[in-house]
Amino acid sequence: MGILDFLKRRPEPTATVARERLRIIVAQERSSRGAPDYLPMMRNELLEVIKKYVHVDIEAININLERDSGHEILELSVTLPDGKAKSDATDTTAAN
Amino acid sequence: MTAEIIVVTSGKGGVGKTTTSASLATGLAMAGKKVAVIDFDVGLRNLDLIMGCERRVVYDFVNVVHGEATLKQSLIKDKRYENLYVLAASQTRDKDALTQEGVEKVLDGLSEEGFDYIICDSPAGIEKGAHLAMYFADKAVVVVNPEVSSVRDSDRILGLLASKTRRAERGEGQVTQHLLLTRYNPARVAIGEMLSVTDVEDILGIKVVGVIPESENVLTASNNGIPVIVDTASPAGQAYSDTVARILGEERPLRFIDVPKKGFLQRVFGG
Repeated sequence: MGILDFLKRRPEPTATVARERLRIIVAQERSSRGAPDYLPMMRNELLEVIKKYVHVDIEAININLERDSGHEILELSVTLPDGKAKSDATDTTAAN
Repeated sequence: MTAEIIVVTSGKGGVGKTTTSASLATGLAMAGKKVAVIDFDVGLRNLDLIMGCERRVVYDFVNVVHGEATLKQSLIKDKRYENLYVLAASQTRDKDALTQEGVEKVLDGLSEEGFDYIICDSPAGIEKGAHLAMYFADKAVVVVNPEVSSVRDSDRILGLLASKTRRAERGEGQVTQHLLLTRYNPARVAIGEMLSVTDVEDILGIKVVGVIPESENVLTASNNGIPVIVDTASPAGQAYSDTVARILGEERPLRFIDVPKKGFLQRVFGG
């Protein structure tokens, strides 16, 4: 290592990295804390059902459990792709 | 008057739970309170060593829970403070030796004996021993190191304290949560190598009740079997004294969180 490198070397502020990583993981774990165990399974099954009709990725499904005083809200949102629904699905609808 | 139950917990191991339990119990005794400190780490007894009473253990916590010995027989009187007692963990049993009813019986027994404070030294993890240590608590001291895995685990523990305790289940209000930051190194914080007090407080959303600086006195104290709070000359001992005072309701500013200013000669010659 040259002397210039040595002089220029600064300790990397790794505490900042740690702080940001912790902020994200702690927020994520808090939001899923106390949620029922069946949520991930339900999410997968719902995905299967939705996939029969539209092409979506698992990332497109968002399940949120919110607690207010006295009641809980289970919110399910699916981001649909730009294109139309699967043709056969459309057919089925049309047939009905 | 019922005893106040304080659990010392953390989730992660090796962060300073037993050191803290020993100093907290001793500090409260120094303040004139009648205190019992219980080692919940069944199978891995260690509090007795830190308290310096390892050769006087005859009966332990599990013996009392199972009715094989009375509380009086099992409580080990501290050699320095006559109002301080240790209840050691069993080394031969496993963690299933503790039951909720058994623990409750021991805590009620201590209350009847006129104890002001019961300190529950929790084992690491979130399994049975840790659960039982926190279940009956009125207050919790969550010990955390300025390090990623410890901070994440303490968040988990804070969540459990809010839901898996008798107070939470009975709707008797929250277990009072105190965050204690230990092994703090102000010099490393100053150069961005370690999470700061504010970082940890922000991430966990709770203020610290104390900051214990990383200090060689902690090892010295454990080598000698003397809780570090007894070493009133050491920074760690003083930081623990401040913490105990705050838990008792006193307001004291945080100390030992900044890099000590160096004198001129130190700056020139290093050290």
